Amino acid sequence: MATRVVMEALSPTMEEGRVAAWKKKEGEAVKAGEVLAEVETDKAVMDLVARGDGVLRKILVPEGQTVPVSTLVAVIGTADENISSIAEGSAPAPAPASAPTAKVVGVAPPPSARPPAPPSAPADGGRILSSPLARRIAAEQGVDLRSLAGSGPAGRVIARDVQSAPRSAMSGQPSAISHQPSATRGVQDVPLTPIRKTIAKRLVQSIGPIPHFFLTSEIDMQAAWDLRAALKARGEQYAISFNDLVIKAVAHALRLHQAVNAWWMDDHIRYHGDVHIGMAVAVEDGLITPVIRFADQKGLSAISAEAKALAERARARRLAPEEYTGATFSISNLGMLDIDEFTAVINPPEAGILAVGRIAEKPVVVGGAVVPRRMMRVTMSCDHRVIDGATGAKFLQTVKLNLENPLAMLL
Amino acid sequence: MATQFDVIVIGGGPGGYVCAIRAAQLGLTAAVVEKDKMGGVCVNIGCIPTKALLHSAATITALKHADDLGITLGEVKTDYGVAMKRSRRVAEQNSKGADFLMKKNKIEVFKGVGTLKAGKKVSVKTEAGVQELTATRAVVIATGSRPKDIPAIGLAFNGRTIFSSTEALLLERAPATMAIVGAGAVGCEFADVFAAFGTRVTLVEALPRLLPVEDADCSDALARAYKKRGITSLVGARIEKAAGQANGVSLVVEADGQKQTLDVACVLVAAGRAPNTENLGLESVGIALDRGFIKVDGRLQTTVPGYYAIGDVAGPPLLAHKGSREGMVAAEAIAGQQPHAIDYSNVPGATYCHPEVASVGLTEEACKSQKLEYVVGRFPFSANGRARTTGETDGFVKIIRGKQYGEILGAHIIGDHATELIHELCVARTNEYTVEEVELAIHAHPTLSEAVGEAALDAMGRVVQI
Repeated sequence: MATRVVMEALSPTMEEGRVAAWKKKEGEAVKAGEVLAEVETDKAVMDLVARGDGVLRKILVPEGQTVPVSTLVAVIGTADENISSIAEGSAPAPAPASAPTAKVVGVAPPPSARPPAPPSAPADGGRILSSPLARRIAAEQGVDLRSLAGSGPAGRVIARDVQSAPRSAMSGQPSAISHQPSATRGVQDVPLTPIRKTIAKRLVQSIGPIPHFFLTSEIDMQAAWDLRAALKARGEQYAISFNDLVIKAVAHALRLHQAVNAWWMDDHIRYHGDVHIGMAVAVEDGLITPVIRFADQKGLSAISAEAKALAERARARRLAPEEYTGATFSISNLGMLDIDEFTAVINPPEAGILAVGRIAEKPVVVGGAVVPRRMMRVTMSCDHRVIDGATGAKFLQTVKLNLENPLAMLL
Repeated sequence: MATQFDVIVIGGGPGGYVCAIRAAQLGLTAAVVEKDKMGGVCVNIGCIPTKALLHSAATITALKHADDLGITLGEVKTDYGVAMKRSRRVAEQNSKGADFLMKKNKIEVFKGVGTLKAGKKVSVKTEAGVQELTATRAVVIATGSRPKDIPAIGLAFNGRTIFSSTEALLLERAPATMAIVGAGAVGCEFADVFAAFGTRVTLVEALPRLLPVEDADCSDALARAYKKRGITSLVGARIEKAAGQANGVSLVVEADGQKQTLDVACVLVAAGRAPNTENLGLESVGIALDRGFIKVDGRLQTTVPGYYAIGDVAGPPLLAHKGSREGMVAAEAIAGQQPHAIDYSNVPGATYCHPEVASVGLTEEACKSQKLEYVVGRFPFSANGRARTTGETDGFVKIIRGKQYGEILGAHIIGDHATELIHELCVARTNEYTVEEVELAIHAHPTLSEAVGEAALDAMGRVVQI
């Protein structure tokens, strides 16, 4: 009876091991307990010992190669035993040696948890291992089972996998992973660009020390919708975006709630008399927040024109420093990307940021009847050192009033 | 004798010995430290001997109704002492079975009390002296639990008139009267046993029903069955105090706003168990507790790497089969495998009273409090052909089906062989079959299992046989 030699977990945290050197050659006799190979783990070089007597018939993993724990690395058998059934079809999935200089390093097993579960079926329509409940939930929610990596026995897709499926797994949505197992695409190590570094530094600064809390409000955008449509009907030069309306509404509300229009200065709080709104703009490899200055004093068309010009210059990387610094409050809008609601990270020293979701038609009870209304959810992140719950809530209430009654902003 | 092993397990109960076997299967060397007999509480003074006694009890009840089956017997005489001795033999055989399994798997057993030491060492105090063992990979703590008494109200164990399940299992004769404090699985099973042997039993439960962790419908059905058999149940009851008399105990109990005094020959306290965490050296190694139990992660590792805990000592539910499964998972994790974390909502519950009660998943109350949308499917054994042939028509199968996806939120069975019948639904729920898949399986006729199929149909609104 042949003995399978597998990469053993030689330390409690070991997920993979590199065969540093084989101490026995193919064809050499081995006894249980004898050292077969030296294995480099995450911690040290350790011995892989034989668990049975016999002849080291086949070495499947050459020196220098790294494989996940449990991978078959060699076979011990009697001198004349047929071991082909064991040795074949079990070629180890290689985990390449780390290559710090290479940009593309191929496929490495995830650093934690179980060995990578490939998507449960290839795109060729083969059988998908899945539980009946998972299939029902997937059918109902329009999730493509094929795109999911199952976490059940033998990679079976279970309910939890479907429930935690990312949107990209929804069928009908173009998705790279729904056509190609992600395991073959490798990984790409990209050095941080200066902008990415700055984003990272600033956001960590924010989420770390800032005591955040969040306020969410659902706003009826029907009136805003009608206003925008009416303006647009007058001509293209009157066209404004919902984002412009949100900027106007927020700027107007900040004027009335100076407590929110403030900076945390470590040893003091600076309340601003003027309102400068930062608006997060996605650029090719990150985001930047150009500033619409004195937004509370500007009309909708001025805000609209300025927002458009700033966004264009931001995407072209042509913003001057003074155009993206000095905001007293920021807005981040992901509505155009179909996000219902989200929380945005405060851009210090500012004390608040408003995260704006999409506008969606929803059934709403108005005067006892269910009617379709265009609703939008906004979430305000507050630095509690500056803004207290009720303070933030009152500000948000004004924003809501402004958007639900856009004419009020004219007063 | 070797003193170094890959895995050292402290405790040879259903968690510990299974853990050692699984470790051995995975090519690891394993040792078990056991201070008493192999098999632990389960085999020696728990699951196994109580089931032997319950079989005696069920047979007594059956024989008392034998006339109807065309069997004429004289007076049915009972002798608890004889039944007890048989239960001891059964327990002994099972313990020997565990001994054999240790030999078969080449697992070294050290008879003594194990204490943890830093560096994955265990010192074992045996009759011969102290032995120091070293684990190269992990130490597994599987020391189990013990019955708890309630000294605050005068119910401290004295082994004579106030005792635990352990002493109850070793009584030479059934007492004339007995109060059982706690109507969980242990309390209800002993009530069944002693009532059959002629004891006047009063169950006293603080919560508002028998078997409080089970579905309320099962509790109600059991209460009716017990009432019919002359077992008194005081639920929602508070024991004010217990006072010892020369030949018994006097309990002052308040239930339903009324105070009454129960004078009984003895009190069996079955009000919970305490984990065996003392004198183990947990502090010296730095292993943390969580609400009295050893704190473990999804793979049963304690807060100190290289030390695992399984079974009763690692937290509820305190069930042998939960401990055994934890033993397997821990062994696999120690061997470097990536075992699936246990889904504790799939651990079945089983009470072997008469009628039996078994369940898996959520109770209807839990579904309500979690605001789940569900449909209940139900089928009574009184409408089941096989049940009618034996006359065991008490009880029902109840399946709680998720409204949107048809998943089995919970399943509850009370009736003859309920503890066997539940496993069809355990397999289904564990593998995420919906109620539809359960119904799809063809159930043989005539069987009690047909009631499961019919309850599934009922949950889908198309029950046939009722």
